[in-house]
Amino acid sequence: MALKHVQEYRDADIARHLAAQIRDRSRQPVRMMEVCGTHTVSIFRSGLRSLLPETITLISGPGCPVCVTDQAEIDAFVALAREPGVIAATFGDLMRVPGTESSLQRERAAGRDVRIVYSAFDALKLARAHPDRQVVFFGVGFETTAPTVAATVMTAAEAGLENFSVWSAHKTVPAALDALMGMPEVAIDAFLLPGHVSVIIGTEGYRPFFQRHRMPCVVAGFEPADLLAAVAAIIDQVASGTPALANAYPRAVVAEGNPKALAVMNRVFAPVDAAWRGLGTIAGSGLEFTPAFDRFNARHRFVLHLPVPVEPKGCACGQILTGAKRPPECPLFGTRCTPMDPVGPCMVSSEGTCAAYYRYAGRGNP
Amino acid sequence: MCLAIPSRITKIENQMAVIDVDGVRREASLLLLEDARVGDYVIVHAGFAIQTIDEQTALESLRLLREAADAYDAARSQEP
Ligand code: SF4
Repeated sequence: MALKHVQEYRDADIARHLAAQIRDRSRQPVRMMEVCGTHTVSIFRSGLRSLLPETITLISGPGCPVCVTDQAEIDAFVALAREPGVIAATFGDLMRVPGTESSLQRERAAGRDVRIVYSAFDALKLARAHPDRQVVFFGVGFETTAPTVAATVMTAAEAGLENFSVWSAHKTVPAALDALMGMPEVAIDAFLLPGHVSVIIGTEGYRPFFQRHRMPCVVAGFEPADLLAAVAAIIDQVASGTPALANAYPRAVVAEGNPKALAVMNRVFAPVDAAWRGLGTIAGSGLEFTPAFDRFNARHRFVLHLPVPVEPKGCACGQILTGAKRPPECPLFGTRCTPMDPVGPCMVSSEGTCAAYYRYAGRGNP
Repeated sequence: MCLAIPSRITKIENQMAVIDVDGVRREASLLLLEDARVGDYVIVHAGFAIQTIDEQTALESLRLLREAADAYDAARSQEP
């Protein structure tokens, strides 16, 4: 069966035309950041970089949720997994991220009960199945994930579940874009905005950011034609000198986003200052429980003794995440640090920039 | 973490949908989506349907992309 809404956007004729249009119209250098880790992977996998003219530099951004999770939070996850009676539920990508002393994978090998779940809902099912245990879910992700966790928390509240909680390390994207623009070592002319964060927050979610910075911002889908159409839109905006907030993924993204998901997210979570790996603390960029749901807050349910956080020695993830460095510029890349034996989170996560470079660079990817 | 491939809803029961992605069946919660119907293509993230693909808009944007590609090829073939 052909994949509907996918195959059409892998059409070679359309891609060829869009690439040619971009080459014809691109006159001046443009540094554009693809914010989302899934974009980074699709750009590499489809060999898109080799289709683009030299005027265009694609920079991978901080859109890999596991990668931007602060070291202190990783340490907290490890400490939670060590708590007696706890079942630690996590997305698989977090397992191998090295904390200061250990990782969830090592804790599991040492006999702690760490379970990989595909959805927050699965963690709730664990809580139902094990009423004598405390199930803690590690909430990592952006606006795409936070509503799924919020809906799960609301379900737990309705069911009166006492043995379920969430450690919310969720983060919001527009706040991070603002922070990036304020960093002197970061030079970005345009943003390819993440497709599925935009499904939730809509193009309007970026309006305040756009009004402050007046630079090309285009929402992109994940197939080659989607990404090329977004790049073409940016190039046209640059050529005509009229930056705009635009949507090149209209089949999935609308101006107001998904109001139901936003309402659920905003009932359970409210903005809070949050620490990001590589970007430091960004005002209002995290999501913490609202008072109505605070009884599900794992930060208040457990008293943890945490080490002073130490990031992996020699790892340049911080600079990779802001686009200040490319993976090959890290001395450990491909030698000490590989996907089989990763040093930093950017090599652990399948969406990490280092992992994407390691897998795909060199295969038609400059 | 993002599954970029839209899935078709084949069944709905109690706010849960059975979805089909290229022949593979899974469940997805509909708690975050208004008015989902059997036959809709939805984007699923971490076990939740988060958006319905708008068929009309999808057809229209594809038509524009194809027309532009054809016009480009026609212009190229007329070049000396
Ligand atoms: S290659 Fe490894 S050590 Fe270097 S920045 Fe990437 S993850 Fe860190």
